[in-house]
Amino acid sequence: MLWACLRFPGLAFSAAFAATPEAGPSALLDHRTRQRLIAAANAEATTHGVRRGQSLAAARALCSSLEVRPRDPDAEGRLLAELAAWCYQFSGHVSLVPPHAILMEVGASLRLFDGWPVLAERLRSGLAAQGHAHTLAATPFAAASWVFAAHADGMVLPEREGVRRMLGALPLNQSGLPVATVTSLHAMGFRRLEEVFRLPRPELTRRIGREGVNWLDRIRGEAADALPAWQPPANFRQKIEFDGELDGSQPLLFPLRRLTRALANLLAARDGGVQRFTLTLDHARGESTRVVVAMAAPQRDAERLFELARTRLERVTLPAPARAIELDAEELPVFRPPLRDLFEPVRGDGLDWPALDERLRARLGDAALRQIALVADHRPERASRYGTPGATVSLPRRRRPLWLLPRPMPMRPDPAAVLAGPERIESGWWDGDDARRDYYIVRTVHGQQAWAYLPPGTLDGWMLHGWFA
Amino acid sequence: MNAIATPTLAQVLDHPGIWRRSADRQPRVRALSTGWTSLDAKLPGGGWPQGALSEILFEHDGLGELDLVMPALAALTQEHRRVIFVAPPYLPYAPALAAAGVDLRFLHEIQAGSTEAAWSMEQCLRSGCCGAVVGWLPDIDYRSLRRLQLAAESGDACAMIFRPAAHAAQNSPAALRLKVSNSDEATYVDVLKSRGLLTTTAPLLRMRA
Repeated sequence: MLWACLRFPGLAFSAAFAATPEAGPSALLDHRTRQRLIAAANAEATTHGVRRGQSLAAARALCSSLEVRPRDPDAEGRLLAELAAWCYQFSGHVSLVPPHAILMEVGASLRLFDGWPVLAERLRSGLAAQGHAHTLAATPFAAASWVFAAHADGMVLPEREGVRRMLGALPLNQSGLPVATVTSLHAMGFRRLEEVFRLPRPELTRRIGREGVNWLDRIRGEAADALPAWQPPANFRQKIEFDGELDGSQPLLFPLRRLTRALANLLAARDGGVQRFTLTLDHARGESTRVVVAMAAPQRDAERLFELARTRLERVTLPAPARAIELDAEELPVFRPPLRDLFEPVRGDGLDWPALDERLRARLGDAALRQIALVADHRPERASRYGTPGATVSLPRRRRPLWLLPRPMPMRPDPAAVLAGPERIESGWWDGDDARRDYYIVRTVHGQQAWAYLPPGTLDGWMLHGWFA
Repeated sequence: MNAIATPTLAQVLDHPGIWRRSADRQPRVRALSTGWTSLDAKLPGGGWPQGALSEILFEHDGLGELDLVMPALAALTQEHRRVIFVAPPYLPYAPALAAAGVDLRFLHEIQAGSTEAAWSMEQCLRSGCCGAVVGWLPDIDYRSLRRLQLAAESGDACAMIFRPAAHAAQNSPAALRLKVSNSDEATYVDVLKSRGLLTTTAPLLRMRA
């Protein structure tokens, strides 16, 4: 077993500032206390002297341009789950440690990822690309990894003995014990964990209680850690609400990128894809705009999903500024990577059909791209329709034109010669749209071959219905 | 010492980009059989040039201009290669297409305005996943035609474009230009331009006689 622990010190910030990137000095307010206290401050605010635990008034006095938002525990939970989804591609056992850490068992996946250094690099570069500050540590004991991730970023201890030795050297205030316990141990003259480890158990229990002893056992791997395994959800729904209103599609791209990336992370975890999702933009007075993004084949690449959503969004004119954006994906079908012919040469700009299909649909709209299907109907205009070609139906035995006019039109001048016909077509009396016509293949004065009909029993009133192109 | 051997004249002449007016052998043009035996016999390479643009100029609808390309397109769809109709002027009629041997699962239609149509055609050609892309672009200019010719080359697809015969006098970058016209109740296919050697100056094909 090798447990890797990822801690995200900036998670609360990212969650609170999801709609717009934080710019300038910003701080978070603690949501639990009634006094308005600063819970965290970003680097820029810290240079102005804003500190954790200050009152809001004091912080504002130090930095007038400070942007303040309350902590949003729900959003933090969602963001942590999103990160867990991303981590799920590296390990089958991922566990959330609220408020902002994730534990994952990587011992079983080391061989797949060519060892720890490569895996760690992939974790770090992937998280950096998503803009998440993080610290990482790995040991055979989950609780110990959590402790090291907080104070010794990059620590990897595959040996149990090594873990115990390194733990022993830790100052007590880094041990993960409750503050009160640490204070009382300090008062007893203890400074490092090894001194505490040397105490006889009954003595230790009397001094720090069962809870404390249990924690010390967990970090030393002497008590088993029961970590609930995170399970990827079956669908995706995430909403980002804005502080103000965003006008036009351009400012919406930042939250959109976040949403599509979250979706891609979930898809990677589920080993699934998405073929259709909905973007809902909320406006004032309960109005909303829905944008459906549909694809020819399931997709899961974050960049591709973003591009698709962006092109769709840019085609929409919003009736009013947006207050929130929601991405909703109900169906997450199984993803099948495109199959390629082993011997097919791959060209530089080569696209497979689904990719081309998507590119065309994104620019031209869904309706512009169609297929033609045969229908078993004797009425000529119904024998062909736009739709998915299905089973073959029996074909008419007579010749049919390659071009059909959208609707028959009077033919002027009259045909120069009749080449074949008449062919009586009489059908459709059962659905009220009955047709009764005599079709001829005719030649015009220009030498064109046309498909034209006359009402039965008449000799003029030629109607042109198709070209033998 | 010069390590690179100077090519012999024979090697130079062997290059597919070079053809000699008087040569008795055909330059190597890769082509897609038209399905019209007499036409195949006369066209360089024996059919529609592959990875190149062919232009078909027709006087009127209904002269058999589509019949000219249908056998090649049907053969492509039967090989499960996609054929795209871009901006057709009428409804492609399924019973006739099926009767011509087209596997409708591999035929797609794109409805688009003239600028979008040229863009779509170029995308399809460039993608390399389409066997043939057939467009009806009456107003296309020389630059766009040139783009299509280059796209067909890069995607190794067969590009066909239908335009009114009125444009016959215009310059065109197409590898093959055919004109479909009618006289004496028969349809004639003449060649206006061909990359590679033609074995005849008479009309290539007489249809519907």
